[in-house]
Amino acid sequence: MSSSDISPQNSAPAIHAKQLCRHYRMGETLIRAVDGVTLKVKTGEFVALLGSSGSGKSSVLNLIAGLDRPTSGSVIVQEHDLAQLSREELARYRLRTVGMVFQSFNLIASMTLAENVELPMRFAEVERRKRDSLAREALARVGLQARMNHRPSELSGGEQQRAALARALINRPQLLLADEPTGNLDSHTGTEIMNMVREFNQQLGMTVIMVTHERALAERYAQRLIFLADGKLVGDESNALGIANTMASDAAANGERL
Amino acid sequence: MKLPDLAELALRNLRESFLRNSLTTIGISVGVASLVAMLSLGIGLQQLASRRLMKSGLFDTVVVTSRRDLRNFGREEERGAPAPGESRILDEPTRVEIEHLPNVLEAYPDIRFITELRYEDKPHLTMIAALPPSAKSNDAFDTVQGQFFSSDIAPEAILQKTFAEELLGRTRTPGVDETNVTELAAPLLGKELTMRYAQRETTPSATAHDDTTTPGGENLFDAAYSVVSRELKLKIVGVADLDPESMRGPTRARVFLPLKLAESLHVMQPTDLREISRAATDQPVYSSVSARVKNPSQVQTVESAIKKMGFNTFSILDASRSVQQFFKVLDVFLGIFGSLALAVACIGIVNTLVMAILERRREIGIMKAIGASDGDVKKLFFAEAGAMGILGGVVGVALGWAIGQVINLGTNIYLKRQSFPPEHFWSVPWWLVAFAILFSFLVSLAAGLYPAGRAARLDPVQALRYE
Repeated sequence: MSSSDISPQNSAPAIHAKQLCRHYRMGETLIRAVDGVTLKVKTGEFVALLGSSGSGKSSVLNLIAGLDRPTSGSVIVQEHDLAQLSREELARYRLRTVGMVFQSFNLIASMTLAENVELPMRFAEVERRKRDSLAREALARVGLQARMNHRPSELSGGEQQRAALARALINRPQLLLADEPTGNLDSHTGTEIMNMVREFNQQLGMTVIMVTHERALAERYAQRLIFLADGKLVGDESNALGIANTMASDAAANGERL
Repeated sequence: MKLPDLAELALRNLRESFLRNSLTTIGISVGVASLVAMLSLGIGLQQLASRRLMKSGLFDTVVVTSRRDLRNFGREEERGAPAPGESRILDEPTRVEIEHLPNVLEAYPDIRFITELRYEDKPHLTMIAALPPSAKSNDAFDTVQGQFFSSDIAPEAILQKTFAEELLGRTRTPGVDETNVTELAAPLLGKELTMRYAQRETTPSATAHDDTTTPGGENLFDAAYSVVSRELKLKIVGVADLDPESMRGPTRARVFLPLKLAESLHVMQPTDLREISRAATDQPVYSSVSARVKNPSQVQTVESAIKKMGFNTFSILDASRSVQQFFKVLDVFLGIFGSLALAVACIGIVNTLVMAILERRREIGIMKAIGASDGDVKKLFFAEAGAMGILGGVVGVALGWAIGQVINLGTNIYLKRQSFPPEHFWSVPWWLVAFAILFSFLVSLAAGLYPAGRAARLDPVQALRYE
């Protein structure tokens, strides 16, 4: 039925966090940003991490992204325990396996869109000609081919986030991690971005973890909702509406194709 | 990350904060310029010194003297040498022996004497030396106005320029750097000089007992000779632009004669009186013999072979070796002083890059989030430091060269006022250009070490939180 090769329902977990802890020390006080979170995410799943600010949802995302290391516990992504990887291996993991999107877009201001999008390929040492064509392709996919030589400051928020999505996809990662991707956008543009995220999840089979504090948004798109409070997991439920919407958009996409 | 990408990103980043990076690069330039200026001064002075040695044109020549003759020359060698009685006489058979040594092209006696020359009935007392035909190809005689001797026995003379001035009754005008040799030569070429000299003539009794092989000279009577006053007319064929101060050996004279002619004159030489007890016949005994070596690189082997024969030797190569040693030490000191400014410039690089880390914290965080390794970030900062180093090096070399030119010009104006000839104190050889740029590059990389390490260790989570 789906265009994705890997069906989310019956595969081994893409991500397995076990008793994950991340504690900071701020002066005399110990901050338990993440405090014993255990969760499994299947390959191809679209999961929303929900919670108020300070609940530790972004910290969990950073741990899964390999940007941060757990104080204790482990995160296993595709059979690799991130806690055991060297800094070098972790960088390669971020480069090859993870694509990230942020609330503040995080494009490099001094570079054009095309240069921003191809930057991960520079780190991956992809040859220049291939880089150019792939960056063009990725920007076309998010509808920005006409803007590729513009700098981020010349674009609207929505356009910047689309460029950030193109950059996140450029190395063909299996994991898309989004930290409040619509937080700085109006609802119309936010919907546009979320539709794209869903498209990647469905058509490219990417596992998506999205951090948000907007419950309505999560319910519309995610197949599963995970609730965090004070660094602890307080709820984990399948989202019927999200699954139904996904299937509807999938059917629509298939219909278009037919 | 690959090198071209690295270079591209580094240059882009340098352009982003153009003013700050330009100032830092100028700092490096000034450092490199001072280093280049100092070293080129050292090299220039060294070249000046070796040019003076070179000008003598004796780089392929070994001057051989008898150990007996020179009591205050090469004293150290003498101490270990055989007693004067055992040392050998520098006579014709010895000259032939030296000539037959391997790698020796020719060995000719240095004939030198002081005598009177008359030009337009005015007497001039001067030093006269004989030149072998091979001197024609000698660098020192490149600048002869007129021509070289037509043959080895022709009664002709070549004048040193200061003697030419003397003959024309000119005094050196202070402030005029180069005497115009052409101008000097014009009225003199083809004119006649009368040389008065003392000829040594063997007494008839000595000729009767012609016994050339008698060594030691037990027979004083055999060695007796008489001294006859003679005159010879010489034609001036050339004027040489030689600097008498820089000369050694035969070229120190002010008038030159062809060698064979000089030999045939049997001019009474100062050594004759000393050798009277040793040389039994009128076989000439030479004060010194010059051996010309095929190649300057063989000078040393020839020298040691001649020393083994029991003679003292001197070569310009010996002299220049100690000059070079002195300049090596001088260069090191000048280099250290020159490097001080570069060391200060390095602190500028560290400062600039540390500022850049603060400014680009977020950018570094982004790069790490999308997959840059610590190494990538480190290399990027290194590349920026290195680019500033190369840029600063190139500009600095140009600047140093310009400073050198200006000081050279200034010094020469001063020298001219003090009526000294101009000199070239400054020299920027290609290896110095390459060395200065490379040194600047390496030093800048070293300066980038700390900032690059710090940028690489930046925690991406912290960096991305930072607004």
